Amino acid sequence: MKRYSAFAVAREAMRYHAGWERAWTSPAPKSHYDVIVVGAGGHGLATAYYLGKRFGIRNVAVIEKGWLGGGNTGRNTTIIRSNYLQDPSAAIYEKSRSLYEDLSQDLNYNVMFSPRGVLMLAQTEHEVRGWKRTAHANALQGIPTEYIGPQRVKELCPIMNIDGPRYPVLGALWQPRGGTARHDAVAWGYARACSAMGMDILQQSEVTAIRQKAGQVTGVETTKGAITCGKLAIVVAGHSGVLADMAGFRLPIESVALQAMVSEPIKPVIDVVVMANTVHGYLSQSDKGELVIGGGADGFNNYTQRGSFHHIEETVRALCETFPIITRLKMLRQWGGIVDMTGDRSPILSKTPLGNCFINCGWGTGGFKAIPGSGWAMAELVARGEPGPLAAPFGLDRFREGRFIDESVAAGVAH
Amino acid sequence: MLLLTCPVCGVAADETELAPGGEAHLTRFGPGSDDATFESYLFHRKNPKGVHFERWRHAHGCGKWFHAARDTVTLEVFGTYSAQVTEPPRDILDRIAAKHPGFEWEGGA
Repeated sequence: MKRYSAFAVAREAMRYHAGWERAWTSPAPKSHYDVIVVGAGGHGLATAYYLGKRFGIRNVAVIEKGWLGGGNTGRNTTIIRSNYLQDPSAAIYEKSRSLYEDLSQDLNYNVMFSPRGVLMLAQTEHEVRGWKRTAHANALQGIPTEYIGPQRVKELCPIMNIDGPRYPVLGALWQPRGGTARHDAVAWGYARACSAMGMDILQQSEVTAIRQKAGQVTGVETTKGAITCGKLAIVVAGHSGVLADMAGFRLPIESVALQAMVSEPIKPVIDVVVMANTVHGYLSQSDKGELVIGGGADGFNNYTQRGSFHHIEETVRALCETFPIITRLKMLRQWGGIVDMTGDRSPILSKTPLGNCFINCGWGTGGFKAIPGSGWAMAELVARGEPGPLAAPFGLDRFREGRFIDESVAAGVAH
Repeated sequence: MLLLTCPVCGVAADETELAPGGEAHLTRFGPGSDDATFESYLFHRKNPKGVHFERWRHAHGCGKWFHAARDTVTLEVFGTYSAQVTEPPRDILDRIAAKHPGFEWEGGA
């Protein structure tokens, strides 16, 4: 792998940019890998990357039914934050956020991490109390957040109408080192680094069956033939239930559609991320100038990758009320992704009833921010066969034991 | 946009009128059952990519619960039926089998 650098740009400028290599290779599958990761989204690629980087396991394949990063990794609103209430969530999301800080340097690929700050609005008395509690919890967890009043919110985000008729802004939870990153670049950067370590990324290969013998996984059948493996990691978000069904177990997960949209590009108007959980809307501005808008999830099982129209209406209505400046904007694109929701709205990083088969799923509506931390913890689980401190609280057994990590109460719907 | 006909009041209801109630035909396990069945009843779901049987409530209409058979990939609705049954009626299963040859109801969980 040739390193990207200012020098490389200068060198290529002198020779008509003819020397750039493909970022990752597209090899034919081998017959055996030590570890197969199913799903080449951010989480799957990060898992493979940290398997190689931290544990020296490099005979790895990442199998993807579509194209790399084409699922939820390319469909989210790219918000990164770690202001969670519960200690296990705060630990893994903050690990993830801190890995994002120098991910571009680590991968030698610009993921455009922009710690512009995240505002989570309090628009009811309930939320005021909730966010104050979270700010106190974050202080104990060592995560810098602050509860701020409406005037400070107005200073940070002047286009916001803090005296709205329905839900005036009463304050906000402010995480100054939260922000956004370029979602595609995260997947591409990890893919390039994995490929450079000799790992195979097999796109357009769908897993059709999981082979097992005496309770142990032995390999997978794919549309490109059967491949054997020592260990299997299932990291497929919305389709986790489908893969679990192939492996012969059920999950505490239901898949629903979550939508997002972007407006036409305009000049910079907002330099922070704003999340309004009461009215179900979040807003930030991309470097291209589009306003990136996320909304609510459907309440019923759905694999269509498009959501219900009334959610768009509700989200836009809420944002028009909070940001009167955007009322004349046209929306450019709208899309949906299939998110895997667990009962307690916290993820699952776990061993499974099938031996040597591990699963990483249930990130629901908030997986993008967790990509590096999730990969970090999942790699440890796969390499050692036992979860490390970050992954241990997120085992499947927590549902049986009633040991929930109850972020649905802490964070409302918007994760 | 999802339209379900409420079998109680007969209204073709838009999804904004309805409240989804999750997987249908679950067998209830309560105190006295073992941990595995209780966990399964509370949390484990089929979550199929394809034909799904669900509970819905006509929340902003007659307020009654009912069942629906729906495809989670195409959003096709195969039919709605009474909440007071433990398995889908024959005509709905036939309609599903016509679309998905070889489909058989696996029974409730």
